[in-house]
Amino acid sequence: MRKMFVLAAFFLLTGVSLAAAQTSGIEVQKAWARATPGGAKTAAVYLTLINKGNAPDRLVSVSTPAAGMADVHTTVTENGVMKMRPTGPLEVKPGTPTVFKPGGYHIMLMDLKGPLVAGQKIALSLTFEKAGKMDVTATVEKAGAMGPGAMPGMKM
Amino acid sequence: MRSFRRLYALPIVAALCLLGVAFAAMWWREGREMLDSASKVTMPAIGGPFTLTATDGSKVTDQTYRGKIELIYFGYTYCPDACPTALNEIAGALAALGPSAERVQPLFITIDPARDTRKVLADYVRAFDPRIVGLTGTPDEIAAAANAYRVYYAPYKSADAPDGYLMDHTSIVYVMNEQGRFVASFTHETTADQMAERLRKLIAKTS
Repeated sequence: MRKMFVLAAFFLLTGVSLAAAQTSGIEVQKAWARATPGGAKTAAVYLTLINKGNAPDRLVSVSTPAAGMADVHTTVTENGVMKMRPTGPLEVKPGTPTVFKPGGYHIMLMDLKGPLVAGQKIALSLTFEKAGKMDVTATVEKAGAMGPGAMPGMKM
Repeated sequence: MRSFRRLYALPIVAALCLLGVAFAAMWWREGREMLDSASKVTMPAIGGPFTLTATDGSKVTDQTYRGKIELIYFGYTYCPDACPTALNEIAGALAALGPSAERVQPLFITIDPARDTRKVLADYVRAFDPRIVGLTGTPDEIAAAANAYRVYYAPYKSADAPDGYLMDHTSIVYVMNEQGRFVASFTHETTADQMAERLRKLIAKTS
């Protein structure tokens, strides 16, 4: 009797966890990238992540057919010195949007298969610890863009 | 004797007080100016001689653009975020200045000469604004220029990065006046409009 009870509890908990996982959804907004200056081998994709669930999630990996490697980096400035560092799995907290923007978080694309041209759409696959895999399309803006759908030279 | 003192004591004291106040006021004003310039004086001297090669092969030195306001930024073309941001802002500032932009000369000096050859640099800067001059050189020439501007740069090993490294570097836009003296600085977070505003003031000073 005891064993059945434990087993039942176990299944119940698993079921509840699974259900909970499904309510932790991530919404990806405004994915954009800059057109690469001629010959550039790296590019940056920016976007906004909104965790609609009630538990923190983590972005663990990114892949795209447009590049051999894609990783989340952040630009840290210490005493005027700019350093770009991989963030590792990036925590996405519920509530406040996690914004990737120039000078901060960005998905760094390395080993580009070809230049990014303004107007082009890039497919990306974001894998979250809880929310699982999400496919996203980023729009390539001009090399002078500071935001999605922005005209060059305009402030964000 | 006593009456003498009493007669003149008050006006003398009053005069001394007035003088004191006058000195205090002058000191206050000069002191403020001194403090302002002191904060510039305590910074190490920025700028100095350098010889680099432009993308068209010509030699460019610290003297080449005397008479123009130079905007000098050190970066590298494999940088996906900060460098494009800074160059975008510079391009935006030039656009905002309109015809006055011809008084300004932006220079992009690479701190990654191994990868940033003349051709790579040319393709790169052209995407932001054709007026930006890209400069490269031998590692020694780059080191000399970076030294003159107190620019820190070092490779950061990253297995995922192209060729296995990114570059950490000082990300500051140095503004040198027409005589080649350091007068202001921006970061890659300064907006194009803020840069244009500051440059307008500088241009107006010498017009």
